[in-house]
Amino acid sequence: MGKRKGVESSIALADSAAMCRIEAIAAYPITPQTHIVEHLSEWVNDGHLEAEFVPVESEHSAMSAALGMSAVGARTFTATSSQGLALMHEILFIAPAMRLPIVMAVANRSLSGPISIWNDHSDIMTDRDIGWVQIFAENGQECFDLVPACFRVAEDKRVVLPTILNFDGFVVSHMIEPIEFWTQEQFDAYLPPFDPQIKLDVRKPVAMGAVGIPEIYYEARLAQQNALLNAKAVVVEAFAELEKTVGRKYNLVETYKADDADAILYLMGSLSETAMTAVDNLRAQGKKVGLVRPRLWRPFPTQELLAAFGNVPVVGVCDRALAFGLEHHMVAQEIRTLFYDAPHRPKLVEFVIGLGGRDVTIGDMEHILNRLLEVKNGAPVGPVEYVGVRK
Amino acid sequence: MIEQYNVYAAKLLPPEELFASGHKACQGCAPALALRYLMKALGPNTIVCNATGCMEIVSSAYPDIAWGVPWIHVAFENAAAVASGVEAGIKILQRKGKLAPGKINVVAIGGDGGTFDIGLQALSGMLERGHNAMYLCYDNEAYMNTGIQRSSGTPFGASTTTSPAGKAIPGQRTVKTALLEIAAAHQIAYAATACTSYPFDFMEKVKKAFSYDGAKMIHILAPCPTGWRTNPGEVIKHGRLAVQTGIFPLYEVDHGRYKMSLDLPFLKPLKMYLSPQGRYRHLTEEQVAIIEANMKARYAKLQALCRITAEV
Repeated sequence: MGKRKGVESSIALADSAAMCRIEAIAAYPITPQTHIVEHLSEWVNDGHLEAEFVPVESEHSAMSAALGMSAVGARTFTATSSQGLALMHEILFIAPAMRLPIVMAVANRSLSGPISIWNDHSDIMTDRDIGWVQIFAENGQECFDLVPACFRVAEDKRVVLPTILNFDGFVVSHMIEPIEFWTQEQFDAYLPPFDPQIKLDVRKPVAMGAVGIPEIYYEARLAQQNALLNAKAVVVEAFAELEKTVGRKYNLVETYKADDADAILYLMGSLSETAMTAVDNLRAQGKKVGLVRPRLWRPFPTQELLAAFGNVPVVGVCDRALAFGLEHHMVAQEIRTLFYDAPHRPKLVEFVIGLGGRDVTIGDMEHILNRLLEVKNGAPVGPVEYVGVRK
Repeated sequence: MIEQYNVYAAKLLPPEELFASGHKACQGCAPALALRYLMKALGPNTIVCNATGCMEIVSSAYPDIAWGVPWIHVAFENAAAVASGVEAGIKILQRKGKLAPGKINVVAIGGDGGTFDIGLQALSGMLERGHNAMYLCYDNEAYMNTGIQRSSGTPFGASTTTSPAGKAIPGQRTVKTALLEIAAAHQIAYAATACTSYPFDFMEKVKKAFSYDGAKMIHILAPCPTGWRTNPGEVIKHGRLAVQTGIFPLYEVDHGRYKMSLDLPFLKPLKMYLSPQGRYRHLTEEQVAIIEANMKARYAKLQALCRITAEV
């Protein structure tokens, strides 16, 4: 059993990255991710971590430098948020295409405009289809535990893809929690050294990033798709090993009191912790509601989600970003797609909540869960509801 | 060894071609020559980080790779950032003993569009942070890869597809950015201009650059007969005229000290350089006078910088 200490989630996440023995970091400051890279520069400058910290001049260069670092065979880490992720956008697609297993922590934050530093999922929804493995952490302990899992998956020879660890900006990043640290021995046993099969090596020259002529491009893209889809089994293994190492169980899809539920709410990120309290409150009133949320978001855990929803008659979906011009937002689109070919199609009730740091209360969650039960009892589904917005 | 000889002595160069023939460059492509000379100067212990552009496209249409050294292309504006990462990665892996010790030359390569314009920020970052790497800008004075659009490396008056010689606006309206001055302002160890018509000067500069730790920059003028609308058989001549007329002087800034690379007793008339080029065909006497005045002012400033910095 590791030592438990009260520490900010960002600091714990940075400590975890350092204990993964990362070798190269390219980073640019952006709120609310800053504490991670600040703390990592302390690790390096105090001589506790043998790594190169490159304080680049933009996030575009952060991701570009990260590709260079990873291409020569260094275990590479970076972190960003919001506008920084958006500025990286062009390069984000190239990292998986070049099969460079960079790990990036993304403190999820709203996108401009208007400019807002606060939490929602606008940034990562925009970069949903970039070809990275994507995992969500919901609290500080999960941030700490999942960094080594990300590296283990990313660098696995059956995967070799970059991996994003998403966690909510401020709500998680700046929260001080009691977090159980792993020992360095546990890290080293869980995560073998990075040993890439292909790298930029003067003894064995290779070309990375060659032109994909029309006879090649299509196959290259599809190979990348297959690599990402096949990563799912490796994530399962990485979570199983994690449980053996520290005793905490992570699943591709996490559920809360969903087994016998009359209505299930699907949401992503730290809102689940608020929603759990709401579920408990409603359960105390004899109302059978539950939660489902993805731990692994890409590759999308289709079968696991269908199994988690079972035959529930009503599903609610919470979106934390807008798909402008369409009133079925990103998360809702995914869940609609999930059920289209399913033998059992529940009624789908869509909500948007908590944009740009708008507070989400237990009362909001109780309202949503009660709405689902109303639909179960025959009320119309209705259009997407924008919860908590001033009329 | 070639440093001992001030003569054209191609036989003294390594015969190895690390930038191989068979690439897809146009006839008379001087940027391709620049890369060939670069690789002869550097040898196999080199990693190349190539920006998107002519030289990336012509040398890497999978599976026909022209490079005999490790080579990486990520995107257009970020060759310097990728090189920063490559250099940092090598540094830590050697420090940790995971990579054999020994010198590995890291070079970032971009065209004028990829350097003067879209890549300037990443270049500044690489130079300012002092990565032990060299940036090579091969300057053919427009976005030739996309079809001869103007860049901020395009000289005043030149006709390109986005600065056409129109009746109201006759060609490029702005003067060429003094790129090497921007590089030198980062107080790097070594910065130099070069021209593909002076291969030994260029190769000596590459070797000199890599004799220093830290960031270094070479800006090489590499004529593009396609974009300049010149005879592909005369690119060497046109490059020489660029230097000999003073419009593209060869010089170096070695730890802040400016030095002319060639001793030119007099400058050839500018028209010798301008008139064979289709991109300048439309120039009026007035425009030529502007070009000449700008060239003379820059040349005089450069001579003054050589004098002043020799003393400090």
